[in-house]
Amino acid sequence: MDETIDAEQQRVQLHLAVKAASPTPRFAPRAPRQPRLVIRDGWRRDLESATCEVFEIMLGTLLTNAVEQCPQLRADFTAMVGLAGSMCGVVGLRASAESARRMAAKMLGGDEAGLNENVQDAFGEVCNMIAGSFKARIADLADGCALSVPTVISGKDYSLHSLANGERFEVAFTFEDNLFSVTLDLHS
Amino acid sequence: MKPARVLIVDDSSVMRKIVGRSLRQAGLEVQEVLEASNGSEALSVAREHTLDLILSDINMPMMDGLEFVRQLRRIEGAQNVPVVMITTEAGEAHVVQALSCGASGYIRKPFTPDQIKERVIPLLRG
Repeated sequence: MDETIDAEQQRVQLHLAVKAASPTPRFAPRAPRQPRLVIRDGWRRDLESATCEVFEIMLGTLLTNAVEQCPQLRADFTAMVGLAGSMCGVVGLRASAESARRMAAKMLGGDEAGLNENVQDAFGEVCNMIAGSFKARIADLADGCALSVPTVISGKDYSLHSLANGERFEVAFTFEDNLFSVTLDLHS
Repeated sequence: MKPARVLIVDDSSVMRKIVGRSLRQAGLEVQEVLEASNGSEALSVAREHTLDLILSDINMPMMDGLEFVRQLRRIEGAQNVPVVMITTEAGEAHVVQALSCGASGYIRKPFTPDQIKERVIPLLRG
């Protein structure tokens, strides 16, 4: 092997050689270790502020008393918006069916016509705006990170698991006597 | 200012309703509000109707708002229709990209009726 090849190139060549020899290697060479993304000071506050902004402007509701976790929350609805780019992860919104319904009613200005058909749509949009508002508060992310369209899961018998070994934090609020929470799961 | 025929493009029906309501709250006299749930549908509407104003999301399935504006500007009679992007993507690069695609203005979600008034009404007067 050419001695001028540096260690990084050797690692890549070794990796490629192993892949060529065995399409499904049982023990793949370890990839160069990437620095783990660490939640920066202030991101929790940014997520709280983003949530408060969305509820104040779009739902006409002032949120107070953010708490860090709410394990007792019954999440009939979960909305998720993916972040991809300089930050990879998911912003999630979890709430009970009643809470999600009240959010939709507030967004629609109290218009009850067709409310039930619009709950998932409204819930997804709230999550979408929280993710956008959070991203806009972080200088490095505003242009370097894209948002997915929202996904909404509803039901009474499901659980969500993140397989990524990343950071996670959660903030929770009370909205019209019901708890809801906003999470940020970082993958890289 | 004559009553406006407005096209609202968003994959969320709730957001389409909110944008329509905000236009009225901003004092815009609306003749008709047309709706589309993605860029492709919006192009069909734009080919069939004479529009005074378009408000469009960016992140949408099928065809996003940027591609919609690009193609809209090639439609005869639609080159000068004001298009305001209303989106959660508010980074400077996104704004520049939208304007270079042919958008006339940009509003970040969440938005207030006052923001609609400030950024949309002048486009109709101009």
